[in-house]
Amino acid sequence: MAQAAETRKRGKTKQPAIDRDQLLQAYRMMLLIRRFEEKAGQLYGMGLIGGFCHLYIGQEAVVVGLQAASQPGDQIITSYRDHGHMLATGMDARGVMAELTGRAGGYSRGKGGSMHMFSKEKNFFGGHGIVGAQVSLGNGLAFSNWYRGNDHVSLTFFGEGASNQGQVYESFNLAALLKLPTVFVIENNRYGMGTSVERASASHDLSKNGSPWGIPGLQVDGMDVLAVREAGEQAMAWCRAAKGPFLLEVQTYRYRGHSMSDPARYRTREEVQAMRSQHDCIDNARHRLETMGVEDAAFKAIDDEVKAIIQDAADFAQTSPQPDESELFTDILLEG
Amino acid sequence: MATQILMPALSPTMTEGKLARWLKNVGDDVRAGDVIAEIETDKATMEVEAVDEGKLARILVEEGTEGVAVNTPIAELSNGADTSAPAARPAHPVAAVPAPVAQPVSIAQPMTAEDKDWGPTAPITVREALRDALAAELRRDPDVFLLGEEVAQYQGAYKISQGLLEEFGPKRIIDTPITEHGFAGMAVGAALNGLKPIVEFMTFNFSMQAMDQIINSAAKTLYMSGGQMGCPIVFRGPNGAASRVGAQHSQCFASWFAHIPGLKVLAPWSSADAKGLLRAAIRDPNPVVFLENEILYGQSFDCPTDEDFILPIGKAKIERTGTHVTIVAFSVMVGVAMQAAALLAEQGIEAEVVNLRSLRPLDTDTVVASVKKTNRLVTVEEGWPYAGIGAEVAMRVIEHAFDWLDAPPVRVNGADVPLPYAANLEKLALPQSAWVVDAVKKIV
Repeated sequence: MAQAAETRKRGKTKQPAIDRDQLLQAYRMMLLIRRFEEKAGQLYGMGLIGGFCHLYIGQEAVVVGLQAASQPGDQIITSYRDHGHMLATGMDARGVMAELTGRAGGYSRGKGGSMHMFSKEKNFFGGHGIVGAQVSLGNGLAFSNWYRGNDHVSLTFFGEGASNQGQVYESFNLAALLKLPTVFVIENNRYGMGTSVERASASHDLSKNGSPWGIPGLQVDGMDVLAVREAGEQAMAWCRAAKGPFLLEVQTYRYRGHSMSDPARYRTREEVQAMRSQHDCIDNARHRLETMGVEDAAFKAIDDEVKAIIQDAADFAQTSPQPDESELFTDILLEG
Repeated sequence: MATQILMPALSPTMTEGKLARWLKNVGDDVRAGDVIAEIETDKATMEVEAVDEGKLARILVEEGTEGVAVNTPIAELSNGADTSAPAARPAHPVAAVPAPVAQPVSIAQPMTAEDKDWGPTAPITVREALRDALAAELRRDPDVFLLGEEVAQYQGAYKISQGLLEEFGPKRIIDTPITEHGFAGMAVGAALNGLKPIVEFMTFNFSMQAMDQIINSAAKTLYMSGGQMGCPIVFRGPNGAASRVGAQHSQCFASWFAHIPGLKVLAPWSSADAKGLLRAAIRDPNPVVFLENEILYGQSFDCPTDEDFILPIGKAKIERTGTHVTIVAFSVMVGVAMQAAALLAEQGIEAEVVNLRSLRPLDTDTVVASVKKTNRLVTVEEGWPYAGIGAEVAMRVIEHAFDWLDAPPVRVNGADVPLPYAANLEKLALPQSAWVVDAVKKIV
């Protein structure tokens, strides 16, 4: 897609106009997510987090870039790889980490876990464990905007693995028919669990997957937060102009396994290492900031601040009590 | 030699219809495939196509005749050259077969203070009751909308949404493509953001396509979010066997949905149930599965005329009082239970019939109080016995009134097979009043 290629090129070679402070903010958020996930991995290893725990390390630029392009009131919904999305919407690291440890101080008071957190206040609609289900739901968030006649958009994130689910295409059709303001964001991290995208998808350019319904699409370099932001602005402008849905295929990479136990035999160590050393989104942003004249002291200050937030969150997540046993039977139904 | 044209059955449950219009006159040539007449049923208007060729010799049923039974001769075609037949009109219009109307019901004494006397009633069909409930709640709350296949322009596959598009417009009465998973999920998403969708499944058989969204998204999000995010949504449509539509279109999903914490499950029988409970379902802040029944849509029952009429969720209704046995049923099987009770009364057995109305929550108190009076329990359901509603009701009675039981509870249920198509086999698979009578006589 010529348009997509152009965007990628712009992302890599030409600097999109951006304020230094905005890039610093994005850098800080990406770092916060990474340090959070590293800490979550540690706590998991210590047995403090149970079950599934899907880390976002490597993909930080995707949600941070799109969040930077969004406006207050826009909704966000995603899959089970959701910690980064929560932090990017401004949800409190303490509440997220305490949910991972299953404590009363967690966003769902310990009843949701890593895959199921929500914040009405931040317009974060979860946190969904069934691959692809959030795409129909995200379409419904867009529907609510359409129904109410406001100009908010629904940022509906899903992986390239989920992009093969039937309900994704049902959602494309519905969104295009009703002209819903849904930004479908495929976070293509190349592997659905252990199956590479080439082995799972006969479509080689996922940004074109909406084309039968006339949904415009862009391929974006997901390791470049500014390229993601720029593509996000284009997609959201389209939706806000009531032109219907937009599809972004954001090409990214996860450094860690699918969940915590992952044999990693489906890709080489060299492949992972090459992505980390040559394409890392945080390194990319830092280089750019350095060329803009940001000095070491500023980075150090951000590092220290992030480290303190994460340590505080980890402490909170370990000291917050387990939910009261009476919580077992609450929140099943609302009072009529 | 004349060929008779018979009143056709144009839907699985059609037994009669109105001959709305003749499109051919006596003497006209008719070719196979020509549309010769229009027929109206309570569900739809349909065209009658000629199968044979010839000249329309006689019209036997005048246009405008109501209640023309299926298979009644409506016209005659003459073959070939005979054009001399006069334009005879029938001297006696074909007698209309009366629509099935439910037996008058003896109204039970109110069991609790929550049963309010709503004053005067008037007979309406279950279909009208459902449409009135939808219209009333759509008028009351702008966040309420209806979506599903054929709900808008077609006026509803079963005409439940007749007239709603006209009154509320295409933004609130929304035709969807045939895509249950996608539109049910979209509606759940809208509900999570505070809207109040009513999802019509053309039948609940198709809700299986959307099961993940109903169970995993609608029912569980409140719990998974620690109480932050509710899902005020209604999933409604016909459930259970229709007539002669085979195994994939005939099954009761009551126990499937009733199994799920986080859902409420309602199963109305009468027009009052349908109207009062649907209004309550739409106002409820939780996901509600509302199981209607196609066989009941055309049946008439007395229903309160009060504009504010609404019923509480979770309350069963004693449809008939009795002292010898408690018969617990829901949906279309309440009618079967009432017929059985009438038959039993002729034999001196007074059955108390409990209409569950709500399957989750289940009104254990009313059932148990009844069994404590009658000391015997028979459950009736159209669905399969395995882990069914009857099993649940019987277990609750055992838990709460074991010492009052004078005999083991008995279940009457659909045969434990996929529903067959053949008329005789289908009849053998679905509970009839005689089965209920037999079940009662085993234990009384």
